Amino acid sequence: MLGKTAGGLYWMFRFLERSENTARLLEAGFRMALTRSSDAESEWKSVVITSGTGLGYENKYDSYSDTLVMDWLLRDTDNPSSVIAGTKSARDNARLVRTALTTEVWEAVNDNWMTLRDLLAKPVTTVDLPAALALIRKQSALVRGALHGTMLRNDIYDFARIGTFIERADNTARIIDVKYYTLLPSASAVGSSLDNVQWEMILRSVSAHRCFRWLDEQDMTATAIADFLIFDKRLPRSLAFCVKQTTENLRYLEQEYQTRHPCHDLADKLGRQLKTLDINTVFDHGLHEMITEFIRDNNALGTQIEKDFRFIG
Amino acid sequence: MPPIGCAFASDRYHDRMTKTAKNFDEMVRTDGSVTHPYAAYDAWFKSQDPARLESKAEEAEAFFRRTGITFNVYGQSEAQERLIPFDLVPRILSHREWAKLSKGIDQRVRAINAFIWDIYNRQEILRAGRVPKALIAHNEAFVPQMMGFTPPGKVYTHIVGTDIVRTGEGDFFVLEDNARTPSGVSYMLENRETMLQMFPELFSQIRVQPVSDYPKNLRRSLSACAPQACSGKPTVAVLTPGIHNSAYFEHSFLADQMGAELVEGHDLRVVDGRIAMRTTKGYRVIDVLYRRIDDDFLDPLSFNPESMLGVPGIMDVYRAGGITIANAPGAGIADDKAIYSYMPEIVEFYTGEKAILKNVETHRCAEPEALRYVLDNLAELVVKEVHGSGGYGMLVGPAASKKEIAAFRKKLEARPGNYIAQPTLSLSTVPIFVDQGLAPRHVDLRPFVLVSPQGVNITPGGLTRVALTEGSLVVNSSQGGGTKDTWVLED
Repeated sequence: MLGKTAGGLYWMFRFLERSENTARLLEAGFRMALTRSSDAESEWKSVVITSGTGLGYENKYDSYSDTLVMDWLLRDTDNPSSVIAGTKSARDNARLVRTALTTEVWEAVNDNWMTLRDLLAKPVTTVDLPAALALIRKQSALVRGALHGTMLRNDIYDFARIGTFIERADNTARIIDVKYYTLLPSASAVGSSLDNVQWEMILRSVSAHRCFRWLDEQDMTATAIADFLIFDKRLPRSLAFCVKQTTENLRYLEQEYQTRHPCHDLADKLGRQLKTLDINTVFDHGLHEMITEFIRDNNALGTQIEKDFRFIG
Repeated sequence: MPPIGCAFASDRYHDRMTKTAKNFDEMVRTDGSVTHPYAAYDAWFKSQDPARLESKAEEAEAFFRRTGITFNVYGQSEAQERLIPFDLVPRILSHREWAKLSKGIDQRVRAINAFIWDIYNRQEILRAGRVPKALIAHNEAFVPQMMGFTPPGKVYTHIVGTDIVRTGEGDFFVLEDNARTPSGVSYMLENRETMLQMFPELFSQIRVQPVSDYPKNLRRSLSACAPQACSGKPTVAVLTPGIHNSAYFEHSFLADQMGAELVEGHDLRVVDGRIAMRTTKGYRVIDVLYRRIDDDFLDPLSFNPESMLGVPGIMDVYRAGGITIANAPGAGIADDKAIYSYMPEIVEFYTGEKAILKNVETHRCAEPEALRYVLDNLAELVVKEVHGSGGYGMLVGPAASKKEIAAFRKKLEARPGNYIAQPTLSLSTVPIFVDQGLAPRHVDLRPFVLVSPQGVNITPGGLTRVALTEGSLVVNSSQGGGTKDTWVLED
């Protein structure tokens, strides 16, 4: 496979994952603003910061409001992580690697782009937001379904999956990072309804609020939530799950190409680190520090993968 | 009972036909009877519910959009990707008509390859005075780096798209010989695919020659031109300028259908005297490069030094027998519009036979007498730039306003050598589907020709382009033209 094609697949799925995550984050923020109108501005701000686009936003706007943030995250092409920008980049990459995709996957990505382009042609009002977000979710589910249902399990699939999980790990880590203070054990001592809302927001932004209730009979505590998001291998958006998936797909590539690269070592190391930790040691070591390191290592892994498989010349 | 309105389709068609022009129509004769190739289709059409056809037409458009069969239009920023309108009425040629046409194309393409070899080697045709030397020496399409070099298999034009127009029962003319990187073949294939999906019953009633072998033949034909250095099964790649190119869909389509890699310049480099592509496992050698970029961009070391699209050093590798470039650099010398006017002589010179296909009468504005005639008759002529393509920069006299003609006259007087002029041909019409009936529109035809040492292969039919506006003669997709499936009937 061409290095460029591997890179196109990787980035196609990173962008798909990113725009879906942006939509999910917006959904969580929207609920939060609805339930706590008094402090809406700072909530919208933390949504923008979590999306990793704070600088770009502040270059453009002086304040945070639902209308501005919604537009920034959904429609603004100046924001490379906006839903529309991500969808466009995903589709551009899909065109680039079209010969590596099944018709079903290509059509799903193309349809995703056409549908969202029409949906986001005009500003979305708060009244229309839930329906718009539902459609965005549905569209990305269709792409994922086409991928799982029709693609050969070979290197093409591996690069698509690796892109997905590198991006997803980054996203989950950033959510934890921005809200880490509400997850500290000291915070649960407060036990106010305020924290409950914050926790709910965190869980919602990784679509895990219902999963959490299914799996944890125990009460909602900061420790339990942090543990869930970082270590639970059943949760498809936890850090441990994402790293496990990336490592697995890298291992398939190692077998198929019969070559072990530096990225394989990096991925194994990242997995080992997570395995040796538990939530208490994380809190002892510092949640914020641990997450910052994770984000750095995960990014380094992504960069190493690009290099080892010659995405660019 | 057949639906009302449809039973009278060909009557209304005849009205529309006689109302618009006195040109040759391929379906209905002037006495109102249906021509032989269209007889079976006409019978089928009359039995159809027009509302159903209407919904089929919409279906086809949705299909093209969903699958992304689009082309990009230069100079239109956001709406870059557009659909080429597809008309659901096939353009039909009889077996006999096609036999004559393909024989003529075969002859012409062989002559073109002999001509290009001659130009870059012995230049006998120039020495014989049949083509003026100046026309070659000062020609932008002439590539001096090709002098004294014979490409693998002695093939220059691996892929040709010969543009044909028709003015009467047996009157076919070659309008252009596209010997560089002719596009449109993906539409020929997708149009047929669409027709098969929409009207499978038609194909069981009417026997149409298939076109679906084209990608396989293309691969075989390219492989047969592998360079000396190739050992084993040749690796073929398609070189595209990238996803923003107007024909990107076609590039990826052909690579996909051929099972070839789709590469860009930055994927390639010279490795040990060969051209290799960067893969996830390291560099891998390419034997045949079907390039869809112009000569000028091919190698920044040999041509345009600014080019980011090509491969530095590829010309050296090429000349050393390390790669086959299709079509060969410099092949454009044969499809230049000034050379075109010499094609009858060229065919005769190299084949020893009279040209089977006619040339359109062409006035070379570089010649003072011809220029005077053209300036006196601008309102009746079509004037084209010698190196132009895509219908840009041309004047269609009968359709132009006085102001446009005056403006064009100035351009022509300033650089007469840059133009040729031809009479406005009365292009044939064929039916298209409009508001629940048929109406005549002007068409041309681009058959696709493959050349290899094993011979010339012409896919039966080709791409029919149609001017969708009533009376219009401009069929270019960049200017509102559409396409149709083209049928050549089995004997």
